[in-house]
Amino acid sequence: MVASSPKLISDRALHDAELISNSGAWAKNARQSASARAQEQGLPQRRDEYWKYTRPDLFVQKNVALIPQARPEISIFADQMKTEIEFKNAKLAADDLPEIDNCKIESLSNACALDLHWVQDIYGKLELAGQNPVKRSLAALNTAMATEGLLVHAKGQVSSPIRIHSVSIGSIDAVIHHVVKVEAGASVTLIETGQYGARSNVVIEVEVADTGSFHHIRIQDGQESHMLTHIFASIGADAKFKSFTLTADCKMTRNECILELVGDNSSVTVAGACLGDSNFHHDDTVFITHDAVNCESRQVFKKVLRNGAVGVFQGKILVKAGAQKTDGYQISQSLLLDEDSQFLAKPELEIYADDVACSHGSTSGAIDEEALFYLRSRGVPEPKAVDLLTLSFIAQAIGEIEDPDLAQAILSYLTDILEAR
Amino acid sequence: MLEIKNLCVQLEEEDKKILRGVNLSLEAGKVHAIMGPNGSGKSTLSYVLSGKGGYEVTEGSAHLEGNDILEMEPEERAAAGLFLAFQYPVEIPGVGNMTFLRTAVNSQRKLRGEPEMSAGEFLKVVRAKAKDLKIDADMLKRPVNVGFSGGEKKRNEILQMAMLEPKMCILDETDSGLDVDAMKLVAQGVNALRDGKRTFLVITHYQRLLDHIKPDVVHIMAAGRIIKSGGPELALEVENNGYADLLEETA
Repeated sequence: MVASSPKLISDRALHDAELISNSGAWAKNARQSASARAQEQGLPQRRDEYWKYTRPDLFVQKNVALIPQARPEISIFADQMKTEIEFKNAKLAADDLPEIDNCKIESLSNACALDLHWVQDIYGKLELAGQNPVKRSLAALNTAMATEGLLVHAKGQVSSPIRIHSVSIGSIDAVIHHVVKVEAGASVTLIETGQYGARSNVVIEVEVADTGSFHHIRIQDGQESHMLTHIFASIGADAKFKSFTLTADCKMTRNECILELVGDNSSVTVAGACLGDSNFHHDDTVFITHDAVNCESRQVFKKVLRNGAVGVFQGKILVKAGAQKTDGYQISQSLLLDEDSQFLAKPELEIYADDVACSHGSTSGAIDEEALFYLRSRGVPEPKAVDLLTLSFIAQAIGEIEDPDLAQAILSYLTDILEAR
Repeated sequence: MLEIKNLCVQLEEEDKKILRGVNLSLEAGKVHAIMGPNGSGKSTLSYVLSGKGGYEVTEGSAHLEGNDILEMEPEERAAAGLFLAFQYPVEIPGVGNMTFLRTAVNSQRKLRGEPEMSAGEFLKVVRAKAKDLKIDADMLKRPVNVGFSGGEKKRNEILQMAMLEPKMCILDETDSGLDVDAMKLVAQGVNALRDGKRTFLVITHYQRLLDHIKPDVVHIMAAGRIIKSGGPELALEVENNGYADLLEETA
């Protein structure tokens, strides 16, 4: 089915053509086929089942009021970072990228100008694989139109995390596409903070080879930002993938994570915590495919909502025939601080193997009155007691972060955010 | 220290009277014990005094050093010097015991307009007090009461009491779920806080705890009233004869 001509795509055709004409052979191919894919799929519509709880309008409309925001420098992770790369208004702030041991970092724009590059085996390929069974046309659109991104090739243990910090001022529509390739035995941590644009469409494709390990931590805290992100990852045998996202006070965010376990004995975790206040809509959409034996997957999401904020969780575990000894865990919980806020959850399991353990749970609740009284009886004023119980609620998701220093940094950052509001 | 006059309380949600005119006068520096059969209203009294929701005071008053505490929020009562050691301390996953203690101490100081305790000073004090109660560094680091044994939870309550230095301590069945050694340890902690000024109200089912925390006055509560008050010998009488005789006597 060909959808009604998507306005945004046709309006971008000129820009698109320019991007393609400036591209080397591999990029031209990848962009053209992604463009065709997006055209054929059409933009997400409100009637699409996959967009039932989140209106796609704000991600696809051409004329969205994008409010310029200058964000103060975030002090989070200040102690942990040795490798920092800055994006300014969706462009790399410096031409020179850091050179670090066991890892090569390049820019997408440079790689696109070449006729051959290792990234051609991944760029748009994992995204394409993730289009089935659910179409994700905005990810295809990203592959076609991405203007910048980082290509991270980890060849061994990368000792300190690579942090991407983005600053945007003005009405920037950012289309960013990162690719991470983790070789056998290699490990790397990627951290994203700040906002690429006032509205961002971000794709990260991650290929983790056998015995490789990838960690991802993301902080989304732009007050007015609209963010749509996709992670597409393919995980080999005896490998590890972990992603954690903290979302606080963005207007509209949808984080999709599409993982495929293709090698045996691997583990993946997708976790997230959000603090939503008033005009806040946050959607976690996860699709994990088990296509190998003895793999573990965990989805842990905690949402704290107040003043009419809305949280969405759509999480699916698909266990293919033959993916025996799969251990799938999925929990999504919301803490509703008032009666105006909403949590919409759609947990799904689809299992075609018979020796599998999968559990899922979803809850919505108010503050525990017993615990609140306990804290207040010790002299902690009610708002502070609610903050402590909020941290307590979120703790399980933060507990999924492997590095204790990074987890602690996020916890302190959360405490600061709670105190400030 | 604490004056309770004709305190009548019922549940907010249903028309059920629990306290039917409690009168108690607790002098500074004294240890009062309340004993009584199940359902007599002992725990309700402790909850109402510390400000738990769900109860409605229909008559009477409670004053701490002359201040009407029934009008105060729970945190204000705490800052005014009231402390309740819970029968069932609440578990708070994800919040470190130390963070909790420090937040509590400094919140109270702030409410009283006193300077906050610095991290260094706090650490020094808490370590010393924890040591007396045989609370190790690990227990201080762990989330509040999570995975604590019954004895550890009660010791943790006493540690909070020691850190917050209240004027009026209410112990709600602190002996429940404790073995003899744990009870001794908890009692030692409580006794260490007896300084001639601090007042204690010890709620218990059994005389056993009172062997270790020696009361000045013992009250028997039944059907929402204090039916008899006396010296420590009253507790022994209950231990030997049960409540039946007393209940008949006052019926």
